[in-house]
Amino acid sequence: MQYAILIFGADGVFDDLPEDDQRTYMQQHRDMQTKYEDRLGAIARLMPSTSAMTVTSKNGSVIVTDGPYAESKEQLLGLYIVEADSMEEAIEAAKMLPTGFNSMEVRPVAQAPVQREAATA
Amino acid sequence: MNTGGSAAIAARLRAVRPRALAALTRMLRDLDLAEDALQDASLAALDTWSRNGIPRDPLAWVLTVARNRARDALRRRQRVDDTPAEELLEAGLGASDRDIEAEEVQALDEAVYKDDVLRLMFMCCHTELSPTDQLALALKVIAGLRVEEIARAFLVSPRAMEQRITRAKKRAGAVAAKLDAPSLAERAARLDAVAAMIYLMFNEGYQTRGGEAPIRVDLCAEAIRLGRLLVSLFPGQPEALGLLALMLLQHSRRSGRTDGEGQLVPLDRQVRSCWDRPMIDEGTVLVEKALRHRQPGPYQVQAAIAAVHCAAHRAEDTDWAEIERLYAALMQIQPSAVVALNHAVAVWKLEGAEAALERLAAIEDELGDYLHFQSTRAALLAEAGRMPEAVAAYRRALGLGPNKAEEAHILQRLAEIGEKN
Repeated sequence: MQYAILIFGADGVFDDLPEDDQRTYMQQHRDMQTKYEDRLGAIARLMPSTSAMTVTSKNGSVIVTDGPYAESKEQLLGLYIVEADSMEEAIEAAKMLPTGFNSMEVRPVAQAPVQREAATA
Repeated sequence: MNTGGSAAIAARLRAVRPRALAALTRMLRDLDLAEDALQDASLAALDTWSRNGIPRDPLAWVLTVARNRARDALRRRQRVDDTPAEELLEAGLGASDRDIEAEEVQALDEAVYKDDVLRLMFMCCHTELSPTDQLALALKVIAGLRVEEIARAFLVSPRAMEQRITRAKKRAGAVAAKLDAPSLAERAARLDAVAAMIYLMFNEGYQTRGGEAPIRVDLCAEAIRLGRLLVSLFPGQPEALGLLALMLLQHSRRSGRTDGEGQLVPLDRQVRSCWDRPMIDEGTVLVEKALRHRQPGPYQVQAAIAAVHCAAHRAEDTDWAEIERLYAALMQIQPSAVVALNHAVAVWKLEGAEAALERLAAIEDELGDYLHFQSTRAALLAEAGRMPEAVAAYRRALGLGPNKAEEAHILQRLAEIGEKN
Protein backbone atom coordinates (compact mmCIF):
# COMPACT_ATOMS: atom_id res chain seq x y z
CA MET A 1 0.00 0.00 0.00
CA GLN A 2 1.04 3.57 -0.53
CA TYR A 3 1.40 5.94 2.39
CA ALA A 4 1.66 9.69 2.39
CA ILE A 5 4.12 11.28 4.79
CA LEU A 6 2.83 14.83 5.22
CA ILE A 7 5.24 17.28 6.80
CA PHE A 8 3.77 20.18 8.76
CA GLY A 9 5.45 23.16 10.36
CA ALA A 10 5.68 26.92 10.40
CA ASP A 11 6.78 28.74 7.27
CA GLY A 12 10.35 29.94 7.29
CA VAL A 13 11.53 28.21 10.46
CA PHE A 14 13.85 25.89 8.55
CA ASP A 15 15.52 28.88 6.86
CA ASP A 16 16.11 30.44 10.28
CA LEU A 17 18.05 27.45 11.59
CA PRO A 18 21.85 27.60 11.72
CA GLU A 19 23.44 26.19 8.57
CA ASP A 20 24.86 23.20 10.46
CA ASP A 21 21.38 22.17 11.57
CA GLN A 22 20.03 22.69 8.05
CA ARG A 23 22.75 20.45 6.65
CA THR A 24 22.04 17.75 9.24
CA TYR A 25 18.33 17.83 8.45
CA MET A 26 18.88 17.76 4.68
CA GLN A 27 21.20 14.77 5.15
CA GLN A 28 18.41 12.97 7.04
CA HIS A 29 16.14 13.54 4.04
CA ARG A 30 18.79 12.22 1.67
CA ASP A 31 19.41 9.15 3.84
CA MET A 32 15.70 8.36 3.84
CA GLN A 33 15.50 8.88 0.08
CA THR A 34 18.45 6.55 -0.45
CA LYS A 35 17.07 3.83 1.79
CA TYR A 36 13.60 3.89 0.23
CA GLU A 37 14.77 4.73 -3.28
CA ASP A 38 12.83 1.91 -5.00
CA ARG A 39 9.64 2.55 -3.05
CA LEU A 40 9.27 6.32 -3.25
CA GLY A 41 6.58 8.00 -5.31
CA ALA A 42 6.14 11.74 -5.43
CA ILE A 43 8.41 13.90 -3.28
CA ALA A 44 7.60 17.58 -2.95
CA ARG A 45 8.98 20.46 -0.95
CA LEU A 46 6.40 23.23 -1.12
CA MET A 47 7.09 26.94 -1.45
CA PRO A 48 6.09 29.09 1.55
CA SER A 49 2.33 29.31 2.03
CA THR A 50 2.40 32.98 0.98
CA SER A 51 2.73 31.63 -2.58
CA ALA A 52 -0.50 29.64 -2.28
CA MET A 53 -3.92 30.37 -3.75
CA THR A 54 -7.16 28.90 -2.51
CA VAL A 55 -10.01 27.72 -4.69
CA THR A 56 -13.38 27.40 -2.96
CA SER A 57 -16.99 28.02 -3.85
CA LYS A 58 -19.61 30.33 -2.52
CA ASN A 59 -23.24 30.44 -3.56
CA GLY A 60 -22.52 28.07 -6.38
CA SER A 61 -19.67 29.99 -7.97
CA VAL A 62 -15.98 29.24 -7.76
CA ILE A 63 -13.92 31.72 -5.81
CA VAL A 64 -10.16 32.07 -6.04
CA THR A 65 -8.44 33.86 -3.17
CA ASP A 66 -4.85 34.59 -2.19
CA GLY A 67 -3.15 32.71 0.59
CA PRO A 68 -3.28 29.18 1.97
CA TYR A 69 -6.56 27.40 2.64
CA ALA A 70 -6.10 27.17 6.39
CA GLU A 71 -4.93 30.18 8.32
CA SER A 72 -3.42 27.78 10.76
CA LYS A 73 -0.19 28.07 12.67
CA GLU A 74 1.15 24.99 10.96
CA GLN A 75 1.36 24.72 7.19
CA LEU A 76 1.89 21.77 4.90
CA LEU A 77 5.59 22.12 4.04
CA GLY A 78 6.08 19.04 1.90
CA LEU A 79 5.23 15.43 1.35
CA TYR A 80 6.49 12.00 0.39
CA ILE A 81 4.58 9.11 -1.08
CA VAL A 82 6.14 5.81 -0.05
CA GLU A 83 5.22 2.22 -0.82
CA ALA A 84 5.24 0.22 2.42
CA ASP A 85 4.01 -3.17 3.59
CA SER A 86 2.44 -1.77 6.73
CA MET A 87 1.71 1.41 8.62
CA GLU A 88 4.55 0.40 10.90
CA GLU A 89 6.99 0.39 8.00
CA ALA A 90 5.73 3.77 6.76
CA ILE A 91 6.24 5.17 10.25
CA GLU A 92 9.79 3.80 10.24
CA ALA A 93 10.42 5.73 7.03
CA ALA A 94 8.97 8.91 8.55
CA LYS A 95 11.14 8.49 11.63
CA MET A 96 14.22 8.86 9.48
CA LEU A 97 13.15 12.42 8.64
CA PRO A 98 13.92 15.36 10.92
CA THR A 99 11.40 16.18 13.63
CA GLY A 100 13.24 18.97 15.39
CA PHE A 101 11.24 21.78 13.87
CA ASN A 102 8.20 20.13 12.34
CA SER A 103 5.71 17.31 12.71
CA MET A 104 4.56 14.59 10.38
CA GLU A 105 1.35 12.84 9.59
CA VAL A 106 1.51 9.36 8.08
CA ARG A 107 -1.65 8.54 6.19
CA PRO A 108 -2.50 5.64 3.87
CA VAL A 109 -3.33 6.56 0.29
CA ALA A 110 -6.78 5.37 -0.78
CA GLN A 111 -6.94 3.81 -4.18
CA ALA A 112 -9.12 5.89 -6.47
CA PRO A 113 -12.23 4.02 -7.72
CA VAL A 114 -11.19 4.74 -11.32
CA GLN A 115 -7.83 3.10 -10.76
CA ARG A 116 -9.57 0.06 -9.31
CA GLU A 117 -11.81 -0.32 -12.36
CA ALA A 118 -8.86 0.01 -14.67
CA ALA A 119 -7.02 -2.63 -12.67
CA THR A 120 -9.84 -5.16 -12.92
CA ALA A 121 -10.57 -4.50 -16.58
CA MET B 1 4.66 18.00 20.24
CA ASN B 2 8.06 17.69 18.78
CA THR B 3 11.39 17.68 20.46
CA GLY B 4 13.28 20.66 19.23
CA GLY B 5 16.85 21.61 19.79
CA SER B 6 17.50 25.11 21.07
CA ALA B 7 18.09 26.38 17.51
CA ALA B 8 14.67 25.12 16.46
CA ILE B 9 13.11 26.74 19.52
CA ALA B 10 14.84 30.04 18.81
CA ALA B 11 13.67 29.93 15.19
CA ARG B 12 10.12 29.18 16.27
CA LEU B 13 10.17 32.01 18.82
CA ARG B 14 11.43 34.36 16.16
CA ALA B 15 8.55 33.36 13.89
CA VAL B 16 5.90 34.09 16.54
CA ARG B 17 7.49 37.32 17.78
CA PRO B 18 5.69 39.93 15.61
CA ARG B 19 2.22 38.55 16.28
CA ALA B 20 2.94 37.95 19.96
CA LEU B 21 4.41 41.39 20.58
CA ALA B 22 1.65 43.12 18.63
CA ALA B 23 -1.10 41.34 20.54
CA LEU B 24 0.63 41.98 23.89
CA THR B 25 1.06 45.65 23.09
CA ARG B 26 -2.65 45.86 22.39
CA MET B 27 -3.55 44.05 25.60
CA LEU B 28 -1.12 45.97 27.80
CA ARG B 29 -1.27 49.29 25.92
CA ASP B 30 2.43 49.68 26.57
CA LEU B 31 5.19 48.65 24.19
CA ASP B 32 7.98 48.45 26.79
CA LEU B 33 5.89 46.35 29.14
CA ALA B 34 4.94 44.10 26.22
CA GLU B 35 8.58 43.68 25.19
CA ASP B 36 9.62 42.79 28.74
CA ALA B 37 6.78 40.30 29.08
CA LEU B 38 7.65 38.69 25.75
CA GLN B 39 11.29 38.48 26.78
CA ASP B 40 10.31 36.70 30.01
CA ALA B 41 8.02 34.34 28.13
CA SER B 42 10.74 33.57 25.56
CA LEU B 43 13.18 32.61 28.30
CA ALA B 44 10.51 30.41 29.87
CA ALA B 45 9.88 28.84 26.46
CA LEU B 46 13.55 28.01 25.93
CA ASP B 47 13.56 26.23 29.25
CA THR B 48 10.19 24.47 29.07
CA TRP B 49 10.18 23.59 25.37
CA SER B 50 13.63 22.03 25.49
CA ARG B 51 12.30 19.66 28.14
CA ASN B 52 8.72 19.09 26.96
CA GLY B 53 8.96 19.81 23.25
CA ILE B 54 7.57 22.69 21.21
CA PRO B 55 3.82 23.01 21.84
CA ARG B 56 1.33 22.64 19.01
CA ASP B 57 0.45 26.32 19.21
CA PRO B 58 3.62 28.17 20.23
CA LEU B 59 1.98 31.57 19.83
CA ALA B 60 -0.81 30.79 22.29
CA TRP B 61 1.73 29.40 24.75
CA VAL B 62 3.91 32.50 24.55
CA LEU B 63 0.94 34.84 24.85
CA THR B 64 -0.42 33.10 27.94
CA VAL B 65 2.90 33.11 29.75
CA ALA B 66 3.68 36.67 28.73
CA ARG B 67 0.30 37.94 29.95
CA ASN B 68 0.81 36.27 33.29
CA ARG B 69 4.29 37.70 33.64
CA ALA B 70 2.95 41.15 32.72
CA ARG B 71 0.20 40.86 35.29
CA ASP B 72 2.74 39.97 37.95
CA ALA B 73 4.93 42.88 36.90
CA LEU B 74 1.97 45.24 37.07
CA ARG B 75 1.04 43.98 40.52
CA ARG B 76 4.57 44.72 41.69
CA ARG B 77 4.35 48.14 40.11
CA GLN B 78 0.99 48.70 41.77
CA ARG B 79 2.56 48.12 45.17
CA VAL B 80 5.09 50.80 44.32
CA ASP B 81 2.98 53.50 42.71
CA ASP B 82 -0.59 52.50 43.57
CA THR B 83 -1.78 52.22 39.96
CA PRO B 84 -4.58 49.64 39.91
CA ALA B 85 -3.19 46.82 37.79
CA GLU B 86 -6.57 45.54 36.77
CA GLU B 87 -7.42 48.83 35.16
CA LEU B 88 -4.38 48.58 32.96
CA LEU B 89 -5.24 45.13 31.76
CA GLU B 90 -8.08 43.80 29.74
CA ALA B 91 -10.22 41.13 31.27
CA GLY B 92 -9.30 37.49 30.92
CA LEU B 93 -5.79 37.33 32.31
CA GLY B 94 -6.66 34.45 34.55
CA ALA B 95 -4.39 31.46 34.35
CA SER B 96 -1.14 30.78 36.09
CA ASP B 97 1.85 29.30 34.30
CA ARG B 98 0.98 25.89 35.68
CA ASP B 99 -2.24 25.48 33.69
CA ILE B 100 -0.90 26.59 30.35
CA GLU B 101 -1.27 23.33 28.54
CA ALA B 102 -4.87 23.03 29.67
CA GLU B 103 -5.91 26.63 29.38
CA GLU B 104 -8.03 27.70 26.51
CA VAL B 105 -6.40 30.78 25.19
CA GLN B 106 -8.68 33.31 23.66
CA ALA B 107 -8.86 32.39 20.02
CA LEU B 108 -6.99 35.10 18.23
CA ASP B 109 -7.26 34.46 14.56
CA GLU B 110 -5.31 36.12 11.81
CA ALA B 111 -8.00 38.79 11.41
CA VAL B 112 -7.24 40.13 14.88
CA TYR B 113 -3.49 39.94 14.55
CA LYS B 114 -3.20 41.63 11.24
CA ASP B 115 -4.15 45.12 12.36
CA ASP B 116 -2.10 44.70 15.55
CA VAL B 117 1.04 43.80 13.63
CA LEU B 118 0.37 46.46 11.03
CA ARG B 119 -0.01 49.06 13.81
CA LEU B 120 3.33 48.00 15.28
CA MET B 121 5.01 48.19 11.87
CA PHE B 122 3.36 51.50 11.14
CA MET B 123 4.77 52.87 14.40
CA CYS B 124 8.23 52.30 12.91
CA CYS B 125 7.31 54.52 9.93
CA HIS B 126 6.56 57.52 12.16
CA THR B 127 7.14 60.68 10.13
CA GLU B 128 9.27 62.27 12.87
CA LEU B 129 11.80 59.44 12.63
CA SER B 130 14.75 59.58 10.24
CA PRO B 131 14.97 56.70 7.75
CA THR B 132 17.74 55.06 9.78
CA ASP B 133 15.73 55.39 12.99
CA GLN B 134 12.76 53.78 11.27
CA LEU B 135 14.82 50.79 10.17
CA ALA B 136 16.57 50.46 13.55
CA LEU B 137 13.24 50.49 15.35
CA ALA B 138 11.75 47.91 13.00
CA LEU B 139 14.78 45.64 13.38
CA LYS B 140 14.57 45.90 17.16
CA VAL B 141 10.84 45.75 17.71
CA ILE B 142 9.47 43.64 14.85
CA ALA B 143 12.44 41.48 13.90
CA GLY B 144 13.67 41.20 17.49
CA LEU B 145 17.36 41.68 16.67
CA ARG B 146 19.75 42.54 19.48
CA VAL B 147 20.95 46.14 19.76
CA GLU B 148 24.55 45.01 19.07
CA GLU B 149 23.46 43.39 15.80
CA ILE B 150 21.60 46.50 14.69
CA ALA B 151 24.53 48.70 15.68
CA ARG B 152 26.77 46.57 13.46
CA ALA B 153 24.35 46.90 10.56
CA PHE B 154 24.58 50.69 10.73
CA LEU B 155 28.25 50.82 11.71
CA VAL B 156 27.68 52.67 14.99
CA SER B 157 28.49 51.73 18.58
CA PRO B 158 25.94 49.63 20.49
CA ARG B 159 25.64 52.44 23.02
CA ALA B 160 24.77 54.99 20.34
CA MET B 161 22.27 52.57 18.78
CA GLU B 162 20.68 51.88 22.16
CA GLN B 163 20.12 55.61 22.68
CA ARG B 164 18.81 55.99 19.19
CA ILE B 165 16.25 53.21 19.61
CA THR B 166 15.17 54.49 23.02
CA ARG B 167 14.61 57.96 21.57
CA ALA B 168 12.72 56.57 18.58
CA LYS B 169 10.50 54.49 20.83
CA LYS B 170 9.74 57.51 22.98
CA ARG B 171 8.68 59.46 19.92
CA ALA B 172 6.69 56.76 18.18
CA GLY B 173 5.68 54.34 20.93
CA ALA B 174 2.34 56.03 21.50
CA VAL B 175 1.24 54.90 18.03
CA ALA B 176 1.69 51.26 18.99
CA ALA B 177 -0.08 51.65 22.32
CA LYS B 178 -3.07 53.47 20.89
CA LEU B 179 -5.91 51.08 20.30
CA ASP B 180 -7.74 51.72 17.08
CA ALA B 181 -9.56 49.95 14.34
CA PRO B 182 -8.26 51.52 11.15
CA SER B 183 -10.68 52.35 8.36
CA LEU B 184 -10.03 50.84 4.94
CA ALA B 185 -8.37 54.06 3.79
CA GLU B 186 -6.20 54.26 6.91
CA ARG B 187 -5.19 50.64 6.53
CA ALA B 188 -4.23 51.23 2.91
CA ALA B 189 -2.14 54.26 3.92
CA ARG B 190 -0.44 52.21 6.65
CA LEU B 191 0.28 49.41 4.23
CA ASP B 192 1.88 51.88 1.83
CA ALA B 193 4.06 53.40 4.54
CA VAL B 194 5.12 50.01 5.87
CA ALA B 195 5.91 48.71 2.38
CA ALA B 196 8.07 51.78 1.74
CA MET B 197 9.94 51.21 5.01
CA ILE B 198 10.55 47.55 4.16
CA TYR B 199 11.83 48.44 0.70
CA LEU B 200 14.09 51.08 2.24
CA MET B 201 15.56 48.40 4.48
CA PHE B 202 16.05 46.11 1.51
CA ASN B 203 17.81 48.80 -0.50
CA GLU B 204 20.01 49.70 2.45
CA GLY B 205 21.20 46.10 2.45
CA TYR B 206 21.28 45.81 -1.35
CA GLN B 207 23.41 48.88 -1.87
CA THR B 208 25.97 48.06 0.78
CA ARG B 209 26.31 44.42 -0.12
CA GLY B 210 29.45 45.08 -2.13
CA GLY B 211 31.00 47.11 0.68
CA GLU B 212 33.73 45.93 2.97
CA ALA B 213 31.89 45.53 6.28
CA PRO B 214 32.29 41.78 6.79
CA ILE B 215 29.71 40.87 9.44
CA ARG B 216 26.77 43.08 8.59
CA VAL B 217 23.37 41.88 9.58
CA ASP B 218 21.74 40.81 6.36
CA LEU B 219 19.31 43.68 5.91
CA CYS B 220 18.02 42.19 2.66
CA ALA B 221 17.08 38.97 4.42
CA GLU B 222 15.41 40.89 7.25
CA ALA B 223 13.45 42.99 4.77
CA ILE B 224 12.32 39.87 2.94
CA ARG B 225 11.23 38.39 6.26
CA LEU B 226 9.12 41.50 6.94
CA GLY B 227 7.75 41.34 3.40
CA ARG B 228 6.67 37.75 4.01
CA LEU B 229 5.02 38.79 7.25
CA LEU B 230 3.08 41.50 5.44
CA VAL B 231 1.90 39.09 2.73
CA SER B 232 0.92 36.43 5.25
CA LEU B 233 -1.20 39.00 7.09
CA PHE B 234 -2.65 40.65 3.97
CA PRO B 235 -2.58 37.91 1.34
CA GLY B 236 -4.82 39.77 -1.10
CA GLN B 237 -2.83 43.01 -1.32
CA PRO B 238 -1.23 43.07 -4.77
CA GLU B 239 1.42 45.65 -3.87
CA ALA B 240 2.49 43.65 -0.80
CA LEU B 241 2.87 40.63 -3.09
CA GLY B 242 4.68 42.83 -5.61
CA LEU B 243 7.09 44.11 -2.98
CA LEU B 244 7.95 40.63 -1.74
CA ALA B 245 8.36 39.42 -5.33
CA LEU B 246 10.58 42.38 -6.20
CA MET B 247 12.85 41.79 -3.21
CA LEU B 248 13.11 38.05 -3.88
CA LEU B 249 13.92 38.58 -7.54
CA GLN B 250 16.58 41.20 -6.81
CA HIS B 251 18.02 39.15 -3.95
CA SER B 252 18.12 36.05 -6.18
CA ARG B 253 20.95 37.71 -8.14
CA ARG B 254 23.05 38.52 -5.06
CA SER B 255 25.87 36.09 -5.93
CA GLY B 256 26.15 37.47 -9.44
CA ARG B 257 25.99 41.13 -8.52
CA THR B 258 29.56 41.47 -7.32
CA ASP B 259 32.84 40.19 -8.68
CA GLY B 260 35.70 38.60 -6.74
CA GLU B 261 36.79 42.00 -5.49
CA GLY B 262 33.33 43.01 -4.30
CA GLN B 263 32.73 45.39 -7.22
CA LEU B 264 29.25 45.63 -8.71
CA VAL B 265 28.73 43.79 -11.99
CA PRO B 266 26.03 45.12 -14.36
CA LEU B 267 23.13 42.85 -15.20
CA ASP B 268 24.21 42.02 -18.75
CA ARG B 269 27.62 40.81 -17.58
CA GLN B 270 26.54 38.74 -14.58
CA VAL B 271 27.14 35.00 -14.45
CA ARG B 272 23.53 33.89 -14.51
CA SER B 273 24.16 30.29 -13.47
CA CYS B 274 24.86 31.50 -9.93
CA TRP B 275 21.49 33.21 -9.59
CA ASP B 276 19.25 31.61 -6.97
CA ARG B 277 16.71 29.71 -9.10
CA PRO B 278 14.33 28.61 -6.30
CA MET B 279 14.13 32.24 -5.19
CA ILE B 280 13.47 33.34 -8.78
CA ASP B 281 10.71 30.72 -9.04
CA GLU B 282 9.06 31.98 -5.88
CA GLY B 283 9.34 35.64 -6.94
CA THR B 284 7.92 34.84 -10.36
CA VAL B 285 4.93 33.02 -8.86
CA LEU B 286 4.24 35.99 -6.59
CA VAL B 287 4.35 38.43 -9.54
CA GLU B 288 1.82 36.30 -11.34
CA LYS B 289 -0.39 36.17 -8.23
CA ALA B 290 -0.18 39.95 -7.80
CA LEU B 291 -0.96 40.75 -11.44
CA ARG B 292 -4.13 38.61 -11.33
CA HIS B 293 -5.66 41.44 -9.30
CA ARG B 294 -5.35 43.82 -12.26
CA GLN B 295 -4.40 46.68 -9.94
CA PRO B 296 -0.84 47.31 -11.07
CA GLY B 297 1.39 49.38 -8.81
CA PRO B 298 5.07 50.35 -8.81
CA TYR B 299 6.29 47.30 -6.84
CA GLN B 300 4.37 44.89 -9.05
CA VAL B 301 5.61 46.41 -12.29
CA GLN B 302 9.23 46.58 -11.08
CA ALA B 303 8.91 42.96 -9.93
CA ALA B 304 7.52 41.99 -13.33
CA ILE B 305 10.52 43.64 -15.01
CA ALA B 306 12.90 41.80 -12.66
CA ALA B 307 11.07 38.55 -13.44
CA VAL B 308 11.59 39.05 -17.19
CA HIS B 309 15.32 39.61 -16.64
CA CYS B 310 15.54 36.56 -14.38
CA ALA B 311 13.73 34.39 -16.93
CA ALA B 312 16.52 34.93 -19.47
CA HIS B 313 19.29 32.37 -19.01
CA ARG B 314 21.58 34.50 -21.21
CA ALA B 315 21.52 38.30 -21.45
CA GLU B 316 20.83 38.05 -25.19
CA ASP B 317 17.69 35.98 -24.51
CA THR B 318 16.03 38.89 -22.66
CA ASP B 319 12.49 39.64 -23.79
CA TRP B 320 13.08 43.35 -24.41
CA ALA B 321 9.65 43.91 -25.95
CA GLU B 322 8.05 42.86 -22.66
CA ILE B 323 10.49 44.99 -20.67
CA GLU B 324 9.79 48.00 -22.88
CA ARG B 325 6.06 47.53 -22.36
CA LEU B 326 6.53 47.27 -18.59
CA TYR B 327 8.72 50.38 -18.38
CA ALA B 328 6.11 52.25 -20.38
CA ALA B 329 3.56 51.14 -17.77
CA LEU B 330 5.88 52.18 -14.95
CA MET B 331 6.28 55.61 -16.56
CA GLN B 332 2.51 55.96 -16.32
CA ILE B 333 2.36 54.93 -12.65
CA GLN B 334 5.58 56.37 -11.25
CA PRO B 335 7.38 58.55 -13.77
CA SER B 336 10.98 59.50 -13.06
CA ALA B 337 14.14 60.25 -15.01
CA VAL B 338 15.74 56.97 -13.88
CA VAL B 339 12.71 55.01 -15.10
CA ALA B 340 12.93 56.95 -18.38
CA LEU B 341 16.61 55.98 -18.68
CA ASN B 342 15.79 52.30 -18.21
CA HIS B 343 12.92 52.64 -20.66
CA ALA B 344 15.38 54.12 -23.18
CA VAL B 345 17.65 51.09 -22.76
CA ALA B 346 14.73 48.83 -23.67
CA VAL B 347 13.95 51.03 -26.68
CA TRP B 348 17.61 50.71 -27.73
CA LYS B 349 17.37 46.91 -27.78
CA LEU B 350 14.16 47.09 -29.82
CA GLU B 351 14.49 50.07 -32.13
CA GLY B 352 18.18 50.86 -32.18
CA ALA B 353 20.54 53.46 -30.79
CA GLU B 354 19.16 56.58 -32.48
CA ALA B 355 15.65 56.07 -31.11
CA ALA B 356 17.08 55.58 -27.62
CA LEU B 357 19.33 58.66 -27.91
CA GLU B 358 16.27 60.78 -28.66
CA ARG B 359 14.77 59.62 -25.38
CA LEU B 360 17.97 60.32 -23.48
CA ALA B 361 18.02 63.90 -24.75
CA ALA B 362 14.83 64.55 -22.82
CA ILE B 363 16.38 63.60 -19.47
CA GLU B 364 19.94 64.84 -20.00
CA ASP B 365 19.42 67.97 -17.89
CA GLU B 366 18.33 65.89 -14.96
CA LEU B 367 20.69 62.92 -15.22
CA GLY B 368 23.75 64.39 -16.98
CA ASP B 369 25.93 63.85 -13.90
CA TYR B 370 24.77 60.31 -13.32
CA LEU B 371 27.39 57.69 -14.18
CA HIS B 372 24.96 55.14 -15.54
CA PHE B 373 23.36 57.79 -17.78
CA GLN B 374 26.68 58.86 -19.31
CA SER B 375 28.00 55.32 -19.79
CA THR B 376 24.72 54.28 -21.42
CA ARG B 377 24.73 57.37 -23.64
CA ALA B 378 28.34 56.69 -24.60
CA ALA B 379 27.54 53.12 -25.60
CA LEU B 380 24.56 54.33 -27.67
CA LEU B 381 26.65 57.00 -29.42
CA ALA B 382 29.34 54.46 -30.23
CA GLU B 383 26.76 52.09 -31.70
CA ALA B 384 25.32 54.95 -33.75
CA GLY B 385 28.80 55.59 -35.14
CA ARG B 386 29.11 59.01 -33.49
CA MET B 387 32.61 58.28 -32.17
CA PRO B 388 33.86 61.70 -31.05
CA GLU B 389 30.68 62.20 -29.01
CA ALA B 390 30.98 58.66 -27.62
CA VAL B 391 34.57 59.30 -26.52
CA ALA B 392 33.51 62.57 -24.85
CA ALA B 393 30.67 60.79 -23.02
CA TYR B 394 32.94 57.95 -21.84
CA ARG B 395 35.51 60.51 -20.60
CA ARG B 396 32.75 62.32 -18.75
CA ALA B 397 31.62 59.02 -17.22
CA LEU B 398 35.17 58.41 -15.97
CA GLY B 399 34.85 61.57 -13.91
CA LEU B 400 31.61 60.49 -12.24
CA GLY B 401 33.09 58.08 -9.71
CA PRO B 402 33.05 54.66 -11.39
CA ASN B 403 34.22 51.72 -9.28
CA LYS B 404 37.28 49.74 -10.40
CA ALA B 405 35.38 47.29 -12.58
CA GLU B 406 33.33 50.04 -14.20
CA GLU B 407 36.45 52.10 -14.82
CA ALA B 408 38.19 49.14 -16.44
CA HIS B 409 35.16 48.56 -18.65
CA ILE B 410 35.05 52.19 -19.77
CA LEU B 411 38.79 52.27 -20.49
CA GLN B 412 38.44 49.10 -22.52
CA ARG B 413 35.63 50.61 -24.58
CA LEU B 414 37.72 53.76 -25.17
CA ALA B 415 40.63 51.62 -26.33
CA GLU B 416 38.36 49.71 -28.73
CA ILE B 417 37.07 52.97 -30.21
CA GLY B 418 40.65 54.23 -30.53
CA GLU B 419 41.70 51.08 -32.42
CA LYS B 420 38.81 51.24 -34.87
CA ASN B 421 39.33 54.87 -35.74
